[in-house]
Amino acid sequence: MAKPTRLTVNGKKVSVDVALDTPLLYVLRNDLDQHGPRFGCGLAQCGACTVQVNGEAIRSCVTPLSAVAGKHVTTLDGLADSYVERRKKVAGSLHPVQSAFIEHQAAQCGYCINGWVMTAAAYLDKKPGATEAEIRGALSGLKCRCGTQMSILRAVKLASANMAKDTA
Amino acid sequence: MSAHIGGVSNGLNGLDGLNGLSRREFLTAMGGMVVSFAVPTAGASVGALVSAGAGPWPEKIAADALDSWLMVGADGRVTAAVGKIDAGMGIGTSFAQIIAEELDVPMESVTIHMGDTATTPDQRGTGSSNGIIDGGSALRSAGAEARAALMAMAAERLKVPQDQLMTTNGVVSVIVAPERRVTYAELVGGKRFDIKMSGKAKPKDASLYQLVGKSLPREDVAQKVTAKYPYMVDFKLPGMLHARVIRPPQANAKYLGYDAKQKLPGLLNVVTRGDFVAVVCQREEQAIKVARELNVKWSTPAPVFSKSYDALYQRLRETRPDASEENQKNGDVVAALAVAATKLDVFYEYPFQSHACMGPACAVADMSGDHAQVWMGGQKPYPLRKAVAELAGLRVERVRVTWLPGPGSYGMNDADDAAIDAAFISKEIGKPVRVQYSRADGTAWDPKGPPSAIHLRGGIDEKGEAILYHFESHGYSGRVRPSGTDRFGDSLAAQLIGGYKANSSNLFQLPSESYKFANKRRAANLLDWTPSLNTGLRTAHLRDPDGMATCFASECFIDELAHAAKMDAVEFRLKHLSDARHKAVVKAAADKAGWQTRTSPKSPEHGPVVTGRGIAYAPRSGTVVAIVAEVEINMDTGKLRVTRFVAAHDCGFVVNPLSLVGTIEANLMQAMSRAMFEAVQFDEYKVTSSDWLSYPVADIADTPDQIDVVIINNTPDMKSTGAGEPATRPVAAAIGNAIFDATGVRIRRVPFSPEALRAAFNKEIKI
Repeated sequence: MAKPTRLTVNGKKVSVDVALDTPLLYVLRNDLDQHGPRFGCGLAQCGACTVQVNGEAIRSCVTPLSAVAGKHVTTLDGLADSYVERRKKVAGSLHPVQSAFIEHQAAQCGYCINGWVMTAAAYLDKKPGATEAEIRGALSGLKCRCGTQMSILRAVKLASANMAKDTA
Repeated sequence: MSAHIGGVSNGLNGLDGLNGLSRREFLTAMGGMVVSFAVPTAGASVGALVSAGAGPWPEKIAADALDSWLMVGADGRVTAAVGKIDAGMGIGTSFAQIIAEELDVPMESVTIHMGDTATTPDQRGTGSSNGIIDGGSALRSAGAEARAALMAMAAERLKVPQDQLMTTNGVVSVIVAPERRVTYAELVGGKRFDIKMSGKAKPKDASLYQLVGKSLPREDVAQKVTAKYPYMVDFKLPGMLHARVIRPPQANAKYLGYDAKQKLPGLLNVVTRGDFVAVVCQREEQAIKVARELNVKWSTPAPVFSKSYDALYQRLRETRPDASEENQKNGDVVAALAVAATKLDVFYEYPFQSHACMGPACAVADMSGDHAQVWMGGQKPYPLRKAVAELAGLRVERVRVTWLPGPGSYGMNDADDAAIDAAFISKEIGKPVRVQYSRADGTAWDPKGPPSAIHLRGGIDEKGEAILYHFESHGYSGRVRPSGTDRFGDSLAAQLIGGYKANSSNLFQLPSESYKFANKRRAANLLDWTPSLNTGLRTAHLRDPDGMATCFASECFIDELAHAAKMDAVEFRLKHLSDARHKAVVKAAADKAGWQTRTSPKSPEHGPVVTGRGIAYAPRSGTVVAIVAEVEINMDTGKLRVTRFVAAHDCGFVVNPLSLVGTIEANLMQAMSRAMFEAVQFDEYKVTSSDWLSYPVADIADTPDQIDVVIINNTPDMKSTGAGEPATRPVAAAIGNAIFDATGVRIRRVPFSPEALRAAFNKEIKI
């Protein structure tokens, strides 16, 4: 086996000694004890496995470990802390997308919710104040089988408005 | 699994319960470190609730013992056990509201413990939207019994008659001298009540409710958006291996062997028996790769499925049924059709649908010792215990099944089959095993909601009066694959192995409604579908079993009758409905929607985009729902969008209105997806829907602009009647009626895909 792969997960430098073609999802879940990204399809069709790599939302089920060597991976487990660190917020604060999901009670089973939160957070971090049409476009392709889309949409709209205020 | 109800601040506490491992131990297990199953958390002396730990476990948790349902810890915290699970609708919070209310303790001090056969009473788990009905009422009784017992103990301790005592915040005190007090913890903390459920303790008068009936936020939501909610997929055991199953490439293909010479990294075992094949590896990604790459030889079977939906529906219509049932008959339907001035004679068709759960099923089993333990994410861990005992050849006392939250299950999904697979593989190799299904295992191989071809005949007399309604369905039972796994034979593994009988039963496809017509008949016919038991088209409960199909046919046909009678759809319903609660939801939905009284279709609009509205209603086990759908359709492309739903929902008294509205909205969205997009595709040999491309579901782009929910009859004197499924039922019919209103074209087959609608519009225009 080649030498261990180094990457940063939620601000912590880690090194993992598994095959380079291992999908990032299994490294995060089984070797690095992350619970946010979940297996939904293994085909990049649903988004349940979404994580951020250098701030971009990606599907970790089809991303080989080799593609994230040396990069910064943020998972739902570390999203709030990374937001606090980046935006100098009070310790313990949640990302505005997370707060808005709680405010609007935007979950049924919650299995998919990682994909929505991580994708919306990556999008709104770059585009606070996005409109409903833009949000629908940005989140299109993510699956929610329980049918939580109405409250998810309300939550992301609220987060978008709150983040626009925060950057104004 | 325990849902610990408290604020967001102490939200990190999904599993500090009594299912044999504390939260800390669970987290330790997550890290792959040593986990102890022998150390229950709270006082081990407190009876069945905490017997936990290593087996053997009680054969049965006595339902007549208060200690089975409720425990006050030494710290005053209250743990309540219930034989239900939370399928994602937030019922744990509602249960906690009920317990906190009856016992007069703060919500934050209540833990609800669910779905563990070793520590919770067997209520068969969750199904038929009965969580609040059965689980809630059991907890209410337990809370009342416990409070009565605490009052009696306090009266003795304080030497004051009970009628001079009151309870607040976990304390019993003297009404006129509140400083004379004793806490629940001081009375019984960490000890057993040791009393039978008398059935005599009177629950709190609903007019005094402080918590029940309030819109309290669900505690699980905060955990879910911060990755702290523990799911089945997060559970790990030391030494656990990873397995994947390999299903026959064609239905009925026989397993003929595999290439043992192949070099596949990580492969430890190939487990085969009959046509059941699984691979076991050290690591998860290895198992995925090996399952894909292992060369397995299969026979080429004779075709077993219909060639197409057209062929399937023809088969359903024309094959002599194996079982029939008539559940309503008045007048003479044959004579009425003969004399009717306007005759209607049509077929409605509803396809196979998949649970297609967000995560394909996952389960962990340890059959390595003389006890068997299974962790699973399905709705019915209790019956599954018996099936595992049968498979293991052990008495049930040596078997424990523990539910951990899965993805939303919507009935008999793939969870039970994965649990049995895990148990079987673990037994074969003598090691703990985690089975994670692939997307195709979840979509192509989950048990399916059954199809139906529904014959409807009706008639209008020369005075314009509707005189005939005749419903007759032709389909497969939704319990070919049973709705619980009571025996090994019920599982897919057993059917692939061969030689086991499933406890299949008949579920006749009949609508619920209260229309009165002079001549009326409802009947259902079932064809034998047990040969499907080892295939991906075996049929089972899917959310509101048969409800969408039968209501789609019946409620669209009611619109056809209204149209033939030249009446407004709401007026026609109000005229013919006989039940006052049924009329009330129809009226409430129409009022909220701003329904304009007129006949359908709407007068033609210019341009390719047209709009329309439709209504449908349905009762379901005591709950009644009416839905108005407003749609927008592009006649050129066939593209349909629901722009607004209005739901009037009567499920009696509501424990948590906020959770209820979330559940109703989710029902509407999922049912909209099923109506607009979902039909399991197959060819003669296999199911060809295997992922989200070949089994598309609604996207966020399809989300309506607005949903209005009107809750009616929400008063404490009304019985709570369940809300997990009813709002699903009328959705396809409401949309179908709205399509007719917008376009004048009646669509009698689900799903309303753009291709299907375009084809129907073109056909209609040619005529």
